[in-house]
Formats: sequence, C-alpha cells, structure tokens
Amino acid sequence: MIQVQDLHKSFGKLEVLKGIDANINEQEVVCVIGPSGSGKSTFLRCLNLLEEVTSGEVLVDGENLTDPKIDINSIRSRVGMVFQHFNLFPHMTVLHNITLGPMKIKNMSQSEAEAVALPLLEKVGLSDKAGVYPDSLSGGQKQRVAIARALAMEPKVMLFDEPTSALDPELVGDVLQVMKDLAEEGMTMVVVTHEMGFAKEVCDRVLFMDEGIIMEEGSPKQIFDDPQNERTQAFLSKVL
Amino acid sequence: MEAFLNSDYIKPMPYLLEGLVFTLLITFAGLFFGFIIGAFTGLGRLSKNKFIYGLSSVYVEVIRGTPLLAQILFIYFGLSQLMDLNMHKLVAAILAIALNAGAYIAEIVRGAVHSIDKGQMEAGRSIGLTKNQTMRYIIWPQAFKRMIPPLGNQFVISLKDTSLFSAIAVGEMVYKAKTYYATTFTPFETLTMVCVLYLLITIPTSIYLRRVERRLDV
Ligand SMILES: Nc1ncnc2c1ncn2[C@@H]1O[C@H](COP(=O)(O)OP(=O)(O)O)[C@@H](O)[C@H]1O
Ligand SMILES: [Mg+2]
Repeated sequence: MIQVQDLHKSFGKLEVLKGIDANINEQEVVCVIGPSGSGKSTFLRCLNLLEEVTSGEVLVDGENLTDPKIDINSIRSRVGMVFQHFNLFPHMTVLHNITLGPMKIKNMSQSEAEAVALPLLEKVGLSDKAGVYPDSLSGGQKQRVAIARALAMEPKVMLFDEPTSALDPELVGDVLQVMKDLAEEGMTMVVVTHEMGFAKEVCDRVLFMDEGIIMEEGSPKQIFDDPQNERTQAFLSKVL
Repeated sequence: MEAFLNSDYIKPMPYLLEGLVFTLLITFAGLFFGFIIGAFTGLGRLSKNKFIYGLSSVYVEVIRGTPLLAQILFIYFGLSQLMDLNMHKLVAAILAIALNAGAYIAEIVRGAVHSIDKGQMEAGRSIGLTKNQTMRYIIWPQAFKRMIPPLGNQFVISLKDTSLFSAIAVGEMVYKAKTYYATTFTPFETLTMVCVLYLLITIPTSIYLRRVERRLDV
C-alpha cells in the first residue's frame, strides 16, 4: 500500500529525515515510536504530501507522490489523516465537519453526504452530537469526530499523528477503542504514538525512529521484549 | 418650536443632510471597492509568489506612507492631467477612499487570515480539498469574523476622511457647511451640527463594534 525508498526531508539546512525505507502492506497496522524530534511527524506528513519530499520515492496506493504531475488532492482524499490537535473546523457543526469532504470532493448532495456521515458518527459513538459545534466537545470527542471526518472520504490508509497526546488520560481510552475497531475491520493504519500499550496490543509491526532514520523495526514482541538496538533499549527503558 | 426651527443650529440642516448623503455614499461605495482591493492585496501579502507579494507590499506601503490629502489631489488633478481626462469628482472621491482604505483593509485581511491556526489549512488539505477550496470554505469564514471589528473601525476612519474631499469641492458634509457659513457667518453653529451628525454615526458604530468584539472573544 505504501512504499518508501530512501526518503530524505530537509527544512533549509536541517536534515530531519535521513533516508527512510519502509513498506506498509494492505490491512497492516504499523506503529511508529521514538523520541520527540526524531522526525516521526515529518515522516507521516510526507506520506500525504503535507511536507514536500526533498529526495527519495514515496508510493501510495500505486502512485508516486514525488512525480510532479501527480494529482495531490486525489491522493490526499485516499489518505486520511488525524492530527494531535484534532483541527476540527470550529465554524461548522460536527455533521458539517464530516460532510464537507464528501460534498466538495465527491460531489455528493447534502443528503447523500449525511447518509455517509451519520453511520460514521454512530461508529465513533457520537450520534447525539451531530448538530453541535466542536467547541462544546471534550478532547476525546473532538478526536473521534476528526476520525469520522477522515473516514468519510473512504480512505485506503489512515495516518494518525499522536492522536491521544493532547487528551486527558481518562479520555484516551475511547479514542484508542475506535482505532482498535478500525484496525480489526482491516484498515491500513500508520500510527505515531506514545501509547505503548496500544502499540503492543494492536500493531502488527513497530518502527522505532531516532534522528531521522528507522533504527529498528519488528513485531511488537521483538521490539518491546527483545530490542536489539541500544537506542531502542534506552528509549524503551524511559517510556515503559 | 418656531424659535427652535429658526435657530442658527437648525437652519443649516437641509444643506448638511444633503452633504451627509454624499458623505455616506462615498464612504460605502469606497469601502465596497476598498474591501475587494484589500481582500486581494491582503492575500497577496500572504502569497509565496514573490511578484504578487512584492506588488501588494509596494501598494500597501505607498498608501500607508503618504497623506490621504496628497492621494486625493493626486488622483483628482494628477491622474486627470496624466490621462488627459476630466474625472468626475465623485468618481475621484470613491476611487480615493477605495485605494486608501484598500491598503489598510489589506492589512486587516492579512492579519485575520494569518491568525487562523495552520492546522486548519492542513486539515482541509488532508481531506483532499484544494488550497482554494480550503481558503474559501474553512479559512475565509473564520478569518472574516475576526475582520469585522477592525473593518468597522476602518468604516469610522473612512467616514471621517471624506471631509478631506472639501479640498476638491465634493459636496460632502464639511464642504456644504463651508459654503453655508460663508454667507451666513455662523461657522460655530454650523460646524457644531456637522460634528453632531458625525458623532451620531460614529458613536453607535463604536458601541456596536465593542459588543461584537466581546461576543467574538468568548
Ligand atoms: N516546518 C518545519 N520547519 C522547520 N523545522 C521543522 C519543521 N517541522 C519539523 N521541524 C523539525 O524537524 C524535527 C523533527 O520534527 P518532527 O517530525 O515533528 O518530530 P517528532 O514528530 O518525532 O517529534 C524537529 O527538530 C523539528 O524542529
Ligand atoms: Mg510529532
């Protein structure tokens, strides 16, 4: 589903990604862990071209993102993204947040779009919130709306950038549950997370990133129970 | 009643109200075009395209760095000379307000759009909207709300600025007052009424704007 080859990304003189190789298969759930500043967000953002790739190749769903002729918007609508700070549209109701994409990009009518959105709201447990504005929701509810908004475009891959890091601890569980359900339904997911419990339980594979490269990768069992790389060991001893 | 109507304060009213119509006409028409100019140049000031950015910046700096009276004379006499035409005074006045307010509105627009969290654009782009669609459906509506108080402020400023058009004999309120008291020798009474009429517009506007501002805060 996603093939990344020798991906480099620099901001001016600062090289943040220093040659990333990764493959993400269909229906696979891959967690990315690593210290802050190691380039996890940048890596994720390169997968839907929120950051311009400096060099290397990124193929998503068979299309080469570094090809200058590519239709970026069409790629993006196939790659859902969930942000740490939700980024809901505050001037629109919850329902409108979700229907906007289907209406503007898939040219659905309002009722068609609502027929897509309402089941998604139910899925994330927020059917009763359709008509309210994001400001009146808790962080956990906002994040679940954001997930529904991304799902409304029927993406083939979902990218999550620390989806629970901005949440109060008691609200994390609901969001993780939604993500777990998605994983079980066979959604391809790339999840940057500090929730080691989630990584252990849900992920098929864990990538450990440090200083702009993937230092180590393997099954959750391998990474958490028997890390080979010194940096991985050091990182895990701090967070576990 | 008779005495009141015949007082030197009330007698100029018909002339002043006639002038007020022009004052308001120039203000509203000028701000209408000024907003269009300001929206484009404000976005131009946020553009990554160096040419568009440069052009917008030069316009904003030139207007903000020169006095309005000079701009008015430049447009009315200067442009007429240059293009060898006889510009209608009212057209010149509306153009002057539009160009002048446009530069200040550009800064209002730039500031408001810039103040919208970067994550909004990213969220829009990530569901597949184009830059223009994101601008139109997500950034602009939120930014516009934040523009309302400073735009109202600009309305008050431009309204008062129209008095400068007396310099080119546009029949707005101050000009009407001047021609009136030139024959009656009652400048004190006449100008008092001019100020009262201005304040009747500007004070309620300010009160209303403060209320809007407070509502947007929460
Ligand atoms: N837009 C940007 N401009 C400049 N530097 C950036 C930008 N985005 C991220 N960086 C830098 O790239 C590095 C990696 O950031 P990031 O990918 O956010 O790391 P992580 O998500 O692992 O914490 C950091 O040093 C950060 O300061
Ligand atoms: Mg990050």
